[in-house]
Amino acid sequence: MKKMKIVVVGNGMVGHRFVEELVAKQLPGLEIVVLGEESRPAYDRVHLSAFFAGGSAQELSLVKPGFYEREGIELRLGAKAVAVDRQRRKVKLASGETIGYDKLVLATGSYPFVPPVPGRDREGCFVYRTIDDLEAMAAWGAKSKTGVVVGGGLLGLEAAKALKDMGLQTHVVEFAPRLMAVQVDDGGGRVLRAKIEALGVAVHTGKNTVEIVDGAGLGVGGRHAMKFLDGGQLEADMIVFSAGIRPRDELARNAALPRGERGGVVIDDRCRTADHDIYAIGECAVWEGRLFGLVAPGYEMARVAVDDIAATGFDRAGCGESRFGGADTSTKLKLMGVDVASIGDAHGATPDSRICQYSDERRQVYKKLVLSACGRRLLGAVLVGEAEEYGTLLQMVLNRIELPESPEFLILPSADGAARPGLGAEALPDAAQVCSCNNVSKGQIRAAVRDGAASIGAIKKCTRAGSSCGGCVPLATQVMKAEMSRLGMTVNNHVCEHFPFSRQELYHLVRVGKIRTFDELIGRHGRGLGCDVCKPAVASILASCWNAFVLEKDKAGLQDSNDYFLANIQKDGTYSVVPRIAGGEIAPDKLIAIGEVARKYGLYTKITGGQRIDLFGAQVHQLPLIWQELVDAGFESGHAYGKALRTVKSCVGSTWCRYGMLDSVSMALAIEHRYKGLRAPHKLKSAVSGCTRECAEAQSKDFGVIATENGWNLYVCGNGGMKPRHAELLAGDLDDETLIRYIDRFLMFYIRTADRLQRTSVWRDNLEGGLDYLKDVVVHDRLGLGAELEAEMSQVVGSYACEWKRAIEDPETLRRFRTFVNADGGDENVAFVRERGQIRPARAAEKRARAIDAVLAGEAAT
Amino acid sequence: MDGAMQPHWHDICALDEIWPNTGVCARIGGVQVAVFRLGDGAGGRLFALQNHDPFSGANVLSRGLLGNLGERLVVASPIYKQHFDLATGECVEDAGVALRTWPVRAAGGRVQVAA
Ligand code: SRM
Ligand SMILES: Cc1cc2nc3c(=O)[nH]c(=O)nc-3n(C[C@H](O)[C@H](O)[C@H](O)COP(=O)(O)OP(=O)(O)OC[C@H]3O[C@@H](n4cnc5c(N)ncnc54)[C@H](O)[C@@H]3O)c2cc1C
Ligand code: SF4
Ligand code: FES
Repeated sequence: MKKMKIVVVGNGMVGHRFVEELVAKQLPGLEIVVLGEESRPAYDRVHLSAFFAGGSAQELSLVKPGFYEREGIELRLGAKAVAVDRQRRKVKLASGETIGYDKLVLATGSYPFVPPVPGRDREGCFVYRTIDDLEAMAAWGAKSKTGVVVGGGLLGLEAAKALKDMGLQTHVVEFAPRLMAVQVDDGGGRVLRAKIEALGVAVHTGKNTVEIVDGAGLGVGGRHAMKFLDGGQLEADMIVFSAGIRPRDELARNAALPRGERGGVVIDDRCRTADHDIYAIGECAVWEGRLFGLVAPGYEMARVAVDDIAATGFDRAGCGESRFGGADTSTKLKLMGVDVASIGDAHGATPDSRICQYSDERRQVYKKLVLSACGRRLLGAVLVGEAEEYGTLLQMVLNRIELPESPEFLILPSADGAARPGLGAEALPDAAQVCSCNNVSKGQIRAAVRDGAASIGAIKKCTRAGSSCGGCVPLATQVMKAEMSRLGMTVNNHVCEHFPFSRQELYHLVRVGKIRTFDELIGRHGRGLGCDVCKPAVASILASCWNAFVLEKDKAGLQDSNDYFLANIQKDGTYSVVPRIAGGEIAPDKLIAIGEVARKYGLYTKITGGQRIDLFGAQVHQLPLIWQELVDAGFESGHAYGKALRTVKSCVGSTWCRYGMLDSVSMALAIEHRYKGLRAPHKLKSAVSGCTRECAEAQSKDFGVIATENGWNLYVCGNGGMKPRHAELLAGDLDDETLIRYIDRFLMFYIRTADRLQRTSVWRDNLEGGLDYLKDVVVHDRLGLGAELEAEMSQVVGSYACEWKRAIEDPETLRRFRTFVNADGGDENVAFVRERGQIRPARAAEKRARAIDAVLAGEAAT
Repeated sequence: MDGAMQPHWHDICALDEIWPNTGVCARIGGVQVAVFRLGDGAGGRLFALQNHDPFSGANVLSRGLLGNLGERLVVASPIYKQHFDLATGECVEDAGVALRTWPVRAAGGRVQVAA
C-alpha cells in the first residue's frame, strides 16, 4: 500500500478542522503529524472571551475525547516549526529535530499586531489571542483596578468585555474617529458608542498613543500612563493591545514562498502555495490579495485542501473538484450584549449606490441599507442595537434577490407589532447558502432530502448544516419541509425503527390487544430489541393503560434513568429529589422536615419554578435513605422524573385573598391528588387561580382553571417553556363535578391520541378541527366517548400508589439502588464545592486541581 | 512493563443481580466498569464497557438504556443520549470516540470480568 505522510503546522481552529476532515475521508496508508506551538490542543478561539465569563479552558476544547490517540495520528504540543527545507521535504523544529513530509500544510494563523509605541513591552501589557494570554491577563487583572484596551475594533471590544468581567474600570482607546471602523459607518458607530458607554466603559476615539511611561502606581492612579499625541494622558494598571492581526508567514518567508503585499502565504484556489506539496489554510493564507480574519473561510480552505489531497495523492473518486472562491465576510456579533451586524458593502462603496437608513437614538437602534442605483437590489447593510433581520438581509445580498416595493419596511419597526416581511425558503435559489458556518447551500439540503434525510438530525449528519452555531436550523428546517412536501413525502410518524406505528397506533394496539409487556408488543407488532426511544414510550403507554408499577422486573429495563431511579439525573450523574407539595401548600413541620433531610444529606436546596422544593446532589445509593425519611415525614413522590403530572400551582384564593371568588387551593389539591402519577405522552402541568387576576398563571398550563362568579372556567393546551402558548377556553361556569369530568375526558383523550413527547399545545395544533373538535369530544360528547374516557381515567386514578414507597418496601427493588454492584460507597468522580452556603458540582478544572492537590498531599506524606 | 501479565477474571456479582436488559456498575481496582445483561435465559448476553461517559464526563453509562440500532447492539448514555456499540465500544454518532471494553462471562451463575 502506498504511504503518505502529511505534516500540519499549527493546531489552531483551522489546522484542527483540516485533520478532522482528513480523518473523515478514511484514506488508506496515511500518516499525520500535527505540530502545535501552544501547550494545548485546538480550542475555540472564537469563544475565547467565555473564559472570563466563568468558562474553563476545558470547555473551550475542540478536540473530541480520544481523537488524537488514534492510529496514524501524532499530535506534538509545545512543538514549534522553525524552518522548511523544500528540497529535502523536511520541517525543522525549534528543538533541532527534523521531520520529513510528503505534503506540508501551514495553518499557523495570525499574531496580534502591537503598534511600535515605546513602552509597549512593560510588565502589565498584554495581547489577546491565546488561552495563555488570558491566564496572564487574569493573574495581572486580579491586582488591578483599571484597564485600557488599545483598539476599538471587534476584538478590542471583546477584550474590553473581558476587563469588565474581571471587575476593572475599563477604557477603550481607538485611533480612528469611531468604534469598529471596519464594520460599521458613522451613524452605527455613534449608537454603538452610546450603548457601550452606557455599560460603563469609557470610550476615547481619535487618540494616537505615542508613549507609555510610569504612572502613579499599581492600584493607585495607574501603573502605566499612556501619552497621546494631542497632549492628553490616561492612567491604567493594565493595557491590552488589540490593534489588528498579522498573518504568521515566517516559515514561508524562510522557504522563499511568495507572500502577499500585506503578508500571508499566497495560495491558489486549491489552497496550494507555489510549491504544490505545500498548502496554506486559515488566517495565514492570502487568496487573490485577500486575508480572512474569520473562521468560516478557514474551514472552507481546510475542506478544499483535503479534497485536493484526496484527489491528487489517493486518486479518490469524486474528489478534486472543490475550489476556494473567496468568502463572504458579513458578520453578526453580540458585543457586550449589543447586537452588531454588517453585511456586504456596508459602507456604500459601490458607485451610485443609495442609502436608506433608520436611526432612533432614544432606543439606541441604527439600521442602514445600501441599495443598488436602480433600487432593486440590496448591496449591504449595517445593524446596530437590534439585528434580527440579519438572516433575511444576508440572503438578499448573497442571492441577489429582488427587493420588495418598499425596502424600507425591511428595517422600520412595524407599528402594529406584526412580523416584517420575512423570506420564505421558497424564495431562495438553490445556490443560496443556508448554513454559513459549514457552507451548505439550499440545493445541498434539498438533495439530502431526496436521498432520504427526513429529520433535522439527519440533515445535520449528512450535510453538517446546523451543526456549529445552530443559527441556521430554522431556515434549514423550512427548506427540508418544503422539499419533503414537494416530493409528496409525509413526515414519517413511526416511533422508531422497531415499530412501524405512531404512538397513537401503539396505544390502541396495547389496549385492544390487552398487551401488558414490551416483549409481547415487540414480538407481535415490531422487530429487533427496541431502543431508548421506543422503550420509554411503550413503558409510558403501559403505565397509562394499566398503571403497573414502573419498576416491575419486566419494565425496569424500559425506563429512562429518571424513571428507573425515580429521580432526575443531573449533569454530573447525581440525582435530584422532588417531593410532592400539592398546590404549593405546605405546613411548617413538613417544611422543616425537608430542610432536615437536606441538611443531613448535604443536598443543594432550591425552590422550583413549580411551587415546590428540589433537593440536588444525591447519589443512587442515597436515594432510598432520603425517600425513607421523606415518606416517614408524610411526603410522596412528586414525579418530577416522569412524563406525568407535575404540579398544580395555586394562588391563595378566596380563603385569604380579598378578591378570591372560589377556594382555588382546595381545588388545586383535589386536582393534583386525582391525577398524580398519571403517565402521559409528555409532562402535564396545571394551575388554579381564584379570580381573573390569575396569580397562578393557569392560562399558561396544559389545563388551567380560573374561578369566576358563576363557577370554574377550564382552559386547555397552554404551556410556557420553549414556545409559550396561551391556553384556550374549553368550557365556562362549571361546577366542581363537571369540571373534573371534563378534565378526565380531556386528559384521557390526549393520552390516547397524542404523539410521543407531544405537549398538549402541539397536539391540539395537529388535531383536525382544532378547538371546536376538542369541545365536541369533551363537552358535547359527539363521539360518544365520554363515558369510556372517564372509566379509563377512574381505573388509573383508583390504582395509584406512591412509587417511592413501593421501592423502599420491596427488598428486590431496593437492591438495585447501589452505586456499585460489588462495593459500597459512592462515585469518587462526584465532587462538590461550596457556593453561597450550599454545594454545587465541581467544574472539570476544579476537579483536576483537587486531584493534583491530593497527589501533592500524598507525596508530602511519604 | 506488565505486558506479560495475564488478565485476571474478577468475580463481580451473581447473574441474578443484573436484571435482564439493564446494567450495573462494578468497581475493579480503581476502574468503574459498566456490565450489561442483554436478553434473558439461554439467548442472554453480557457486555462490559467503561462506565465513564466521555461526552458528559460523568460515570453513568451503566444506567443507560439497551437496544439495537440496525445491526448494532447499543447502550444510550442517560445524559446526552449518544449511543455506544456494546461489542466494540464505538460511538455511533461520532466514530472518533470509543469506550474501553473488557471480556466478560457468566460462570456458575456468577458474572466475571477479565481485567
Ligand atoms: C427544577 C425546575 C427549575 C427550577 O429550578 O425551578 C425545572 C427543571 C427542569 N426542567 Fe423545567 N423545571 C422547572 C419548571 C419549569 C417551568 C415552570 C413551571 O412549571 O411553572 C417550565 C415552563 C412551563 C411549562 O412547562 O409549560 C419548564 C419548562 C421546561 C421545558 C420546556 C417544555 C416545553 O414544552 O417547551 C423542559 C424540556 C422538556 O420537558 O422537554 C424542561 C425540562 C426540565 C428538566 C427536566 C430538564 C432535564 O431533563 O434535566 C429539568 C430537571 C428537573 C430536575 O428536578 O432536575 N422544563 N420547567 C422546575 C421544576 C418545577 C417542579 O417543581 O417540578
Ligand atoms: C478573541 C477572539 C475572538 C474572535 N471572534 C471571532 C468571531 O466571532 N468570528 C470569527 O469568524 N472569528 C473570530 N475570531 C478569529 C478566529 O479565531 C480565527 O479566524 C481562527 O482562529 C483562525 O484559525 P487558524 O487556525 O487560521 O489560526 P489559529 O486559531 O490562530 O491557529 C494557529 C495555531 O498555529 C500555531 N502556530 C503558529 N506558528 C506555528 C509554528 N511555526 N509551529 C507550530 N505551531 C504554530 C499557533 O500557536 C496557533 O495555535 C476571533 C479571534 C479572537 C482572538
Ligand atoms: S388570583 Fe385572585 S384570588 Fe388568587 S391571589 Fe390573585 S387576586 Fe387573589
Ligand atoms: S450557520 Fe452556524 S451552524 Fe449553520
